Amino acid sequence: MFESSLKQLGDALRAKKISSVELTQLYLDKISKLNPELNAFITVNPDISLAQARDADARMAAGKGEALTGIPIAQKDIFCSKGWLTTCGSKMLHNFVSPYDAHVIQQFNNAGAINIGKTNMDEFAMGSSNETSHYGTVKNPWNTENVPGGSSGGTAAAVAARLCAAATGTDTGGSIRQPAALCGISGLKPTYGVCSRFGMIAFASSLDQAGPMGRSAEDLALLLNTMAGFDERDSTSLQRDKEDYTRDLDKPLNGLRIGLPKEFFAEGLSNDVAQAVEAAIGEYKKLGATVVDISLPNSKLSVPVYYVLAPAEASSNLSRFDGVRYGYRASEYDDLADMYEKSRAQGFGEEVKRRIMIGTYVLSHGYYDAYYLQAQKIRRLIAQDFTEAYKHCDIIMGPTAPSTAFKFGEKGDDPVQMYLSDIYTIAVNLAGLPGMSIPCGFGDNDMPVGLQIIGNYFDEARMLNAAHQYQLATDWHNRAPQGL
Amino acid sequence: MSLTTTDVQKVARLARLSMNDQEIESARKQLSGIFDLIEQMQAVDTSGIEPMSHAQDVSQRLREDTVTENNQREAFQVIAPQVENGLYLVPKVIE
Repeated sequence: MFESSLKQLGDALRAKKISSVELTQLYLDKISKLNPELNAFITVNPDISLAQARDADARMAAGKGEALTGIPIAQKDIFCSKGWLTTCGSKMLHNFVSPYDAHVIQQFNNAGAINIGKTNMDEFAMGSSNETSHYGTVKNPWNTENVPGGSSGGTAAAVAARLCAAATGTDTGGSIRQPAALCGISGLKPTYGVCSRFGMIAFASSLDQAGPMGRSAEDLALLLNTMAGFDERDSTSLQRDKEDYTRDLDKPLNGLRIGLPKEFFAEGLSNDVAQAVEAAIGEYKKLGATVVDISLPNSKLSVPVYYVLAPAEASSNLSRFDGVRYGYRASEYDDLADMYEKSRAQGFGEEVKRRIMIGTYVLSHGYYDAYYLQAQKIRRLIAQDFTEAYKHCDIIMGPTAPSTAFKFGEKGDDPVQMYLSDIYTIAVNLAGLPGMSIPCGFGDNDMPVGLQIIGNYFDEARMLNAAHQYQLATDWHNRAPQGL
Repeated sequence: MSLTTTDVQKVARLARLSMNDQEIESARKQLSGIFDLIEQMQAVDTSGIEPMSHAQDVSQRLREDTVTENNQREAFQVIAPQVENGLYLVPKVIE
C-alpha cells in the first residue's frame, strides 16, 4: 500500500478495497514508529485526521469521491490549518493554533484529502538543510547523518520514508526542489501566481510559491490539479482557466528540445552529480529529445540578488511578529519597545534574525538604490536570459543542487556556504518560472541526485510530461530508503 | 564590505531585535561576509533596465468597497498573549 501511486490509492478507496480510516491509521502507525528518529513531522493530530477519514469514507459511500478523496497528504507547517498548531518551524509561533485555513489547505479539504500531519521545516522557510528549525533537525531517510535539504525538508523526508502518500512544500529559492533532490523524491514549484499564497506564512512574497511533492510526476500532476486555482484573497494570484495537469503525461517526447545551460555544468558542480545528470540527458535522447546548448549569463548573479530581495521582503513580512496579537511574547520587559525587542530576539532563531538584519540594512535610508533597486534590475536581466533561451529550446534541464545531501554541520558557521547550495534553483524563482526536481541516480555517498527541469511560464503540463516519460523508462523514483 | 559595530547596532534597533555585545560582534562578522557576496552586484551595468518586482506583467485587481470579512474577534483573540474586554493589552505607552 505504501508504494501505491495516488491513482492506485484513489481507485482502491473508491472500489472499497480499503477504507480511508484504515489507510489513515496505517500511515499514523508508521509515523509514530519512524518519526521519533526522522523528526519529519512537528505535529500529528490523529483525532482530526481520522475524523476527516470518516467523512471521506461517507463521501465515497455516497459516490462523491474525487481523485484525492480519502488520501493522507502531509502539509508543510507553513500552511495555516484551522485547529492545527501551525509553527512555521519557529519558536515565535510555538503556540499558534490557526483560526483559519490557507487556500491550499481549503483546496485539499474540498477534495476530501486527509491532513496526516504538519511537516518540519527550516524556520520561516529560511534554510537549505533543516538545521534552522526550532523543533530539531529532520534526518534524511537515506542516511540519518545527512541533511534532508530545506526548507521543505520534513516534507521531503516524510515522502521518501513513505510516511504520507504525498505532501506539500513551498519554494522561495529552491525549498521544494533542493530537498526533493536530496531525499530522492519528485517536487514541483509552479509558475509564480498559480497557487494562492493566502494563509501561507509569508517569507519573500514576490518569490514564494506553493507546490506538490511526491513520489512521481504522475502524482504531482494530480496534486497540482487540486492545489492550483485563482483566489481573490492573494493579490498576485493569477486569473486563468482551470488546467488539467495530467493531460499531456502520455505524450511522446519526440522532437522535444532540451536546453542545457553551460553555467549549470561549470565549476562548483560535483562530479557524481554531473555524471548522473548527464546520464539522464542521455536517457532523454533515447526517448527522442534533442539537446541544445544555451547560456544564462546572468544566472551567476542570482545568489547575491536573492540575498538582497528575499531578506528585504522578509524583514518587512516578519515585522508583524511583535508579541501583541499572536505568537511568542517575552515574559519580562520594561516597556513597549523593550517588549518588541525581547519578544523578537527570543522568538526568532539565528538565521531568521540574520536575514531580518540584512533586509533592514538594504532597505534603510541611503542604501535602497544601491541594493534593492539594483537587485530588481538584475532580476530582470536574469529573467530575460530565460526568455532568450526559450527561443532555442522547449525546456531546460540541469542539476538541482551542486552536491548530494551533505552531513549535519558540514557547512559550518559560514552562512554564505549554505546559500551557495541553492545556486541552480534561485534564478527560477527570480524569473517566476516553474521548476521541478526528479530523482535521476545516486552519488558517491549513495545519496540521491536530482535532475532539475525548468519550464517556460505556465508550462507545467509539458514539464510533467517530460518527467513522467523519464519515469516510465527508469526506476529511480521507485527506489526507497532501506533499513528504516 | 566590512560593517562597523555601530552599523550593526543601528540595524538591530531598526529591526527591533535586542542584541548583546557578543551577538552584535558575531552578526557583524557574518553580515560582512554576506555583503561581500552581495557586492558582486555593483559591477553590473544596469543603466536603462526597468526594475522587476513581479514575474508576471499584471495590474492590481480592484474590488468593491464592501465588507467581506465576518467579525471573528473572539476566535482571533483566543491565541493572543494578553487580552482584556476584547482589547489587546500592551505595556502602557502614555501616562
